[in-house]
Amino acid sequence: MNWQALWLTVRLAAIVSTLLIAIGIPIAYWLTYSRWRWKFLVEAAVALPIVLPPTVLGFYVLVALGSRSPLGRWWESITGHTLAFTFEGLVIGSLLYSLPFAVQPFAAAFGAVDSRLLRASASLGDSPVLTFRRIVLPLSKAGLVTGFALSFAHTLGEFGVVLMVGGNIPGVTRTISIDIYDQVQTANYSSANHTALLLLIVSFLVLSIVYGLNRRPWAVGPWR
Amino acid sequence: MSKLLALLLLFTGALAPAQEITVAAAADMSAALPELVAAYAKKTGQAVKLSFGSSGNLTNQIRNGAPFDVFFSADEEYPQQLIAEGLAAKDTLYRYAVGRLVLWVPGDSPLDLSKLGIKALLDSSVKKISIANPATAPYGRAAEAALRHFGIYDQVSSRLVLGENVSQAAQFVESGNAQAGLIAASHALAPALKDKGRYWTVPLDAYPTLNQAAVVLSRSKHRDAARKFLEFLRTTEATSLLTSYGFSLPARNIQTEKRQ
Repeated sequence: MNWQALWLTVRLAAIVSTLLIAIGIPIAYWLTYSRWRWKFLVEAAVALPIVLPPTVLGFYVLVALGSRSPLGRWWESITGHTLAFTFEGLVIGSLLYSLPFAVQPFAAAFGAVDSRLLRASASLGDSPVLTFRRIVLPLSKAGLVTGFALSFAHTLGEFGVVLMVGGNIPGVTRTISIDIYDQVQTANYSSANHTALLLLIVSFLVLSIVYGLNRRPWAVGPWR
Repeated sequence: MSKLLALLLLFTGALAPAQEITVAAAADMSAALPELVAAYAKKTGQAVKLSFGSSGNLTNQIRNGAPFDVFFSADEEYPQQLIAEGLAAKDTLYRYAVGRLVLWVPGDSPLDLSKLGIKALLDSSVKKISIANPATAPYGRAAEAALRHFGIYDQVSSRLVLGENVSQAAQFVESGNAQAGLIAASHALAPALKDKGRYWTVPLDAYPTLNQAAVVLSRSKHRDAARKFLEFLRTTEATSLLTSYGFSLPARNIQTEKRQ
């Protein structure tokens, strides 16, 4: 078992899913309440990573991070190194890769909040922001946890994008799925098997939490 | 209904020419081999399908039943392993070229390779150096050996990025994401990279010889066609094309070696 790769991957997934809460909530808020007629275009753009081949995403991210792109040059001018083949580069790629897995559950949860509650809150003088914080967010707890868990699990299993922009550096960009790939390629099946099994179990656990949370109401507790 | 069936057969490849052979080849052949295949097809009408990857990666696929007829490896080790496992025909093993490792930098690089040679890698402008993954790619092992040979491995190891195969290593430096790369000469001389950068050829004594070897696989259903294709590699037409891509020709071949 490559503990270094495992720890790196858990760290990446935790950072990405946490950042996606911060980034995803405003996007989901806008997607839920905006009446803009072209909103569906933004919805489609947010959902793109679900259907886009990781190689396409990886290719664009690599070009965008490279020292020939404005973003790459800007980053290089302030940090002195390029973004590709760094942990930060992986975070950026993974944010794009997992964005819909956070935004969609968030938006679904916000949209499910009874609009009468929102109107009641507004008629009592609360600003939309305060209403959102006091009414919508608490009622969307399950959706927020779902989005966090799904983007965490999705980042954990990321492969194509990392293969294309990571550069397979131990301790920096060699994630657990790349490690499994390397082990399989070098015919190290027993080691690949152990790591793969662990990923399988973790993924199952995370999804069980997600579905368990959304199994509402608990008419009968599963423990009985 | 029969039309539908014909369409289905077409899609599943059942109606494809019976003698089409499939070649799995090391990534360093990704530019030269299509040209060889085109020349061969022109001469004989034989269709050849190509599949590229790192030699280790392809070996593993062959072990797991990949439907290839011929395997072009970037070293002799992998074909020997397959022969030992009964997966390749020993008498077909043919050393067709010697691969060369080059240090490549993009055209806009300030580094003067002809003056600095391998020491260019120590320059502070070189933040990342791309090489192929030594675990699966012979060129990666050659790159590592060369860095150790020149005594700079420890100084540059933290800046190495590993391509999944030597093609990806070339792509990393070609795209400007790495500032220098130890890649295959065959990529540096390929049309895609030729005018985009400069290279310095790493001396042959700096790394174990990259004997390029091809072998017909035991599972092949088109062994005769596969053998004939390997025969073609011995023609001057093939060897001159290989040398134009920076490959050297082996001083002696496996069969000759055995006689000594």
